[in-house]
Amino acid sequence: MRAMTWPQRIMWLVIIAAVLVWSLFPVFSIAMTSFKTQAGLFSGTLLPEEWTWENYATILAPGGSAQDLFLPALRNSIGISLIATFIAVVLATLCAYAIARLDFPGKRIILTTALAVSVFPIVSIVTPLFNLWRVVGLYDTWLGLIIPYLSLTLPISIWTLAAFFRQIPWELEQAAQVDGATPFEAFRKTVVPLAAPGVFTTAIIAFFIAWNDFVYGISLTSTDAARPVPAALSFFTGASQFEAPTGAISAAAIVVTIPIVIVVVIFQRRIVSGLTQGAVKG
Amino acid sequence: MTAEIAATGALRADRDRPDTATRPKKRRSDRARAEARLGWMLAGPAFGIMLLVTLYPIVQALWDSLFSLRLTAPDDREFIWFRNYQVILGDPAFWQSMGVTLFITVVTVLLELIIGFAFALVMHRAIKKLRGFARTAILVPYGIITVVSAFAFFYAFDINSGGYVNSWLSWVPGFDEDLNWFASQSTSLVVIILSEVWKTTPFISLLLLSGLAQVPGDLEEAAKVDGATSWEVLRRVILPNMKAAIMVAVLFRTLEAFRIFDNIFIMTAGANDTEALSLLAYNTSIGRLEIGLGSAISVLLFLSVLIIAGIFIKGFKVDLSAGRNS
Repeated sequence: MRAMTWPQRIMWLVIIAAVLVWSLFPVFSIAMTSFKTQAGLFSGTLLPEEWTWENYATILAPGGSAQDLFLPALRNSIGISLIATFIAVVLATLCAYAIARLDFPGKRIILTTALAVSVFPIVSIVTPLFNLWRVVGLYDTWLGLIIPYLSLTLPISIWTLAAFFRQIPWELEQAAQVDGATPFEAFRKTVVPLAAPGVFTTAIIAFFIAWNDFVYGISLTSTDAARPVPAALSFFTGASQFEAPTGAISAAAIVVTIPIVIVVVIFQRRIVSGLTQGAVKG
Repeated sequence: MTAEIAATGALRADRDRPDTATRPKKRRSDRARAEARLGWMLAGPAFGIMLLVTLYPIVQALWDSLFSLRLTAPDDREFIWFRNYQVILGDPAFWQSMGVTLFITVVTVLLELIIGFAFALVMHRAIKKLRGFARTAILVPYGIITVVSAFAFFYAFDINSGGYVNSWLSWVPGFDEDLNWFASQSTSLVVIILSEVWKTTPFISLLLLSGLAQVPGDLEEAAKVDGATSWEVLRRVILPNMKAAIMVAVLFRTLEAFRIFDNIFIMTAGANDTEALSLLAYNTSIGRLEIGLGSAISVLLFLSVLIIAGIFIKGFKVDLSAGRNS
């Protein structure tokens, strides 16, 4: 690597600063809103004039006016997204393993179907599901969201994992067997350590997608039995009809955003490689 | 490929260890059949579920769209052939919705392409120490819930929620500090598009990054040695070499942008002629419980996506398997 000249260093500093401002400013902005007092909400300034935790108390503390809206939604979102991610990753692992290692007719059809499903307009699916779920009793249940979430999480999981699995040197497994390992040992000691990062990365990406869902969330639920966070945010109301829910919504938004930012910071390298491989190299 | 098949054999190597070179033909087809069966056993469940959760609903929507059906009066269900489509296609509101959807799609994808490419270059060129930093920052919006992004931008701009953007823009000549961004179509669309671009640029920039990685470095060096300026290198060497990646990125984002929903729902709920097609379908079927009409709009939305994909794949010859290494 060549040493950078001073103008180059300054240019890079400016570039990185611009990227940081662009990416983090909206998060910073809503964080500031979440610290404003009810009266301070209308100050028309970015920073709060008076700082307060009261909005966080509203959504988290016992007796908070939006607590019974937010906490069940948080529970639903975490539970439903985790289960949908888990099922998708297990099924996609089997599927991608077959695609990467076996030769069978229909491989291309499976990959093409996954691609088609991933660009399918969700709203086109939601009306019939809304009808069907009411008839079969899945409306406003966890399972009623987990099933359609698979249409979001499965395709990307299959593509990402297939890309990962294609890069695994499978000969290692054979070599281990030649060296006297049992097939299971060979699989566990050579393939699993190489495949695990890919599976893990895929799980993160799939979770992000399930976690982000809004259309299914508002259409297929009606109470806090299954309503996820994004849908719940749009139903927040103020403590009284004269109070805006702005502060509570902002605080809730920050609560669900911070874990995501932490995950991104820790796993950025893996997420980038997962997304770039699955998307183009697939 | 042979390596793959050979490796596959290892899976069942405990049972038989045939000599690949002298394997009789009969056994080979047996093995092929066994492999195909195993392949479908492993891939089948995922494939089946994907079909089930999309194919079934769209067929159901097609069927429902041929009925006059409201959930408020379910007994008045009547088969009316294509009259729902006739109603929708003859309704200016539908075309207005189609227009606004296309407008948002084109503007969003163009902006994202420019910003996304700049980000891809930053990630590609940054020295190691800065690269992780840049990647993390660029990736943050990808993980953030679209609804959260929508609220963040909404609160920053909306004067009724104490938005501060107006006071920041007061130095711009002719700017009205009391501007209500969400009172007219054009200003609402500015904020909606801004939020959509912010949230989805990481995706497109990652696609472009993997395209950049495929541009042969020595070609760039050679052009520079021959005295090409950076701009010329970009136009003559880099861009032509990543055409495939760019087209794939544009196709994906176009199809996704075309179904925009979350940002509009949060910011305007479709007021002031900002009701994109997805929102129109949702408001018709789930909002007003007009299942027949709503299903017809859903089918039309689906057809539009098919047509866009068709134009890209046939018209621009986008090879979705570009760079695939099988």
